[in-house]
Amino acid sequence: MDRFVFLTLDGLSRGAVYAAFALALVLIWRAARVVNFAQGAMAVAAAYVAYGVSAATGSYWLGFLAALAAGLLFGAVVDRAVMRYVDHASPLNPVIVALGLVLLIQAVLGMVYGSEFRPAGTPFSRGALTVGGLALLSPYDLFVFGAVGVVVAALAWVFARTPVGLRMRAAAFAPEVSRLLGVNVGGMLTLGWALASGVGALAAMLVIPTELGLHPHAMDLVFVSAFTAAVVGGLDSPPGAVVGGLAVGLLLSYVSGYAGSDRTPLAVLVLLLAVLLVRPGGLFATVTARRV
Amino acid sequence: MSATRAAVPPRQRATGQARDEIPARRGSTLLRHLAVVLVAGLLLLGLSYAVEPFRNFQLATVAAYLCATAGLTVLTGLNGQLSLGHGALMATGAYTLALSQTAFADRGVTGGWLLPVSLAAAAAVTVCVGAVVGVAAARLRGPYLAGVTLAVAVVVPALTVTFDGVFNGEQGLSVPVEPPPLGLGPYFPYERWQFWIAAAVTLLVLLLLANLVRSRYGRTFRAVRDDEVAARLAGIHVARTQVLAFVVSAATAGLGGALLAVLAQSVSPGAFSLTLSLFLLMAVVIGGLGRLAGAVWGAVLLVALPDLSHSVTEQLALSPAAAQRLEGNLPLAIFGVTLVVVMIVAPGGVQGLLSRLGRALLARRPGRRS
Amino acid sequence: MTDDGLLVARGLVAGYGAAPVLHAVDLTVPAGTIAAVVGANGAGKTTLLRTLSGMLRPSAGRILLAGEDLRGTPVEQLVRRGMAHVPEGRGVIGELTVDENLRLGGLWRRDRADAGRALDEVYQLFEPLARRRRHLGHQLSGGERQMLALGRALVGRPRLLLLDEPSLGLAPRVVARTMALLRHLRDSTGLTVLLVEQNVRSALSVADQGVVMSLGRVVTTAPAAALRDDVDLRHAYLGF
Repeated sequence: MDRFVFLTLDGLSRGAVYAAFALALVLIWRAARVVNFAQGAMAVAAAYVAYGVSAATGSYWLGFLAALAAGLLFGAVVDRAVMRYVDHASPLNPVIVALGLVLLIQAVLGMVYGSEFRPAGTPFSRGALTVGGLALLSPYDLFVFGAVGVVVAALAWVFARTPVGLRMRAAAFAPEVSRLLGVNVGGMLTLGWALASGVGALAAMLVIPTELGLHPHAMDLVFVSAFTAAVVGGLDSPPGAVVGGLAVGLLLSYVSGYAGSDRTPLAVLVLLLAVLLVRPGGLFATVTARRV
Repeated sequence: MSATRAAVPPRQRATGQARDEIPARRGSTLLRHLAVVLVAGLLLLGLSYAVEPFRNFQLATVAAYLCATAGLTVLTGLNGQLSLGHGALMATGAYTLALSQTAFADRGVTGGWLLPVSLAAAAAVTVCVGAVVGVAAARLRGPYLAGVTLAVAVVVPALTVTFDGVFNGEQGLSVPVEPPPLGLGPYFPYERWQFWIAAAVTLLVLLLLANLVRSRYGRTFRAVRDDEVAARLAGIHVARTQVLAFVVSAATAGLGGALLAVLAQSVSPGAFSLTLSLFLLMAVVIGGLGRLAGAVWGAVLLVALPDLSHSVTEQLALSPAAAQRLEGNLPLAIFGVTLVVVMIVAPGGVQGLLSRLGRALLARRPGRRS
Repeated sequence: MTDDGLLVARGLVAGYGAAPVLHAVDLTVPAGTIAAVVGANGAGKTTLLRTLSGMLRPSAGRILLAGEDLRGTPVEQLVRRGMAHVPEGRGVIGELTVDENLRLGGLWRRDRADAGRALDEVYQLFEPLARRRRHLGHQLSGGERQMLALGRALVGRPRLLLLDEPSLGLAPRVVARTMALLRHLRDSTGLTVLLVEQNVRSALSVADQGVVMSLGRVVTTAPAAALRDDVDLRHAYLGF
């Protein structure tokens, strides 16, 4: 029972990160109808920026802020410099371009930093607090919950309540009409990419210290898990991404706790296939998929 | 779109002037392809004697990759299904071959027929795996399909660690392969023999694929790619077509992986990472989606670019560590940039550029056009 | 023809791909009037509107709005110049609520207070919309969508309103009400309207000026009343 509680809390903490990363995927999917397969690589690049800044200044928090800023910047640059010029007529094209970016970013990181694992620091202890002999959350877990919670709430507020959020939604749903109404659709798209990539960078900063450390491929499996989370929730649904992220986090935690951690990749694949075959629109789909 | 195009009856013969547009390709497609393959085979045979053993080995690697890229071309270029999981399918083929060859060696069975049997087993097992993935893939579109196959590419190599009793974890397995037959002489270079094996298998695969592409199935593949609804209305079973395309390309990927295992005489999960899957995709895209000739370009690039970057790094005066980092990653960076640039500038790939160039030259030739 | 209209087009050539759809189209819409562009299917009416609002770049010719050349002005800036375009099919964003759709029409305005007033006025003008503020766009009926699209354009307080097929798929009573509203807006606020219509009768009933297009050219420009009475012209181009 103790173990179950521990695994549940650990799974929720992991799931919060997947939720943030899945949310980033959903943001770009809604804005541009592109699944950004380069998001993991972009987030790792931002984490390397944090690594550099922290090493130079000795401050975790300066590095943290630098990672968020770098994430925002990378998103905007990828949109403005690359994705804007891709012919979106076939959905394959942006996917292929994103994969090219993955190769490029990981190669550049490998050239500059080498491919050994680098330790990533945490601002709070990762030792679990015990209450009445029961190992519960660590302060770092609380930090993860707090950071993801703040970001989710902030995004929800921006999209639902602010004029810029309204513009972004309108630009995503009906670009041509939005332009006629004076919305700078290209700018909104860039903003969407920047926000999503910033959230991705945050997720990378949160998850990398809990795994093997900083490495050009550090987010590969996280990306697959987060993609699964986004699909579980439905690629179109931000709340679905959050719930899907938590669900995937719990599942992986249980599998790794009861069946061994080397079974988790298989569990992700099985879950992904099961969801896609049973409910391709995701569990939270509001619009039924088009069938002919 | 193209369904409409296809519905328009051919207009040649309507005017005498259009007569020379009728393709001069009469006779059997199979015979024509067979002739091309025979000529290519003879040329390669000559080539294998003309170049040094190391080049033979590289050519053999090209052939092995070509097996996989040709199949991926059929799947992605002709049928419109994106697979990021072909590296994993190659791993399936490679491990099957390794297990089969080891089983033969353990039982003391020898003979020239072992390798063909193992290759066939590799293809068969990959077909089964491909059918499972393909049935799932047929229900998925665009980014969903890419995501699932990406998961396959990430997860399958990890399985070798999960079940390390069979696959021996990160270490991998060694592949016992028999030496070239004694009839070829005692000093016959082993690399040339490897090239012969790889070239023979690949030419066979290309022959079959080329015929498939020209056949009724090839047409249904393209119809499904261009417009699923139109294809369905035209009486094509879309899901069955997609599964078929996936199975065919899985079989060739399995053979390609098996050939790689024969060449390296070992298999390990590191050789079949996600990066390999991305490389294959890149090769297909750069060669030109949907053109078998493009797959050749892609496979050549896959072998030539790392070699090139090796020579480039050698030219630079760098510390050993930096040189190693650069050499390992430069090809990746070049691949990545090429993938992005080709997708933006020339979605037709190398073969598309060449065909355009060729058409432009033909058009200039006097007397060709009225 | 004089150049003193609110909207003036001279020698417009535009199209999709190689063959132009519009061949040297001239058009003048005086301020405070309603002009109706009529013609058969494929005459180039919608293409004309899309070219005027910048969705389609003309390959030749000039467009002047109140004397200012619009060449090089991005589509999203035109609304700031006082031009509102209600596209064919009306372009209600189905995923947004009625209120959000309407607010979107005024988001570009600096004068937030007046944008708020304009929003209230539209709710008064179209009472059914006020009752369905929180409903999503795709839950509305055809007539309500028409109101919403028109109201969303009016929130921006445009000088010139481009309307593409406002009668498409609507009951005759709704069409009549729309036309009456346009006339009312012209008289009370001095709004200038350029209207593209298949429904020639109702368009000419409200318009001051009729522009007949055929195969990408302007065949005739005449007072609407004269067009209504010109039997030959009606038979030749308008089919009634």
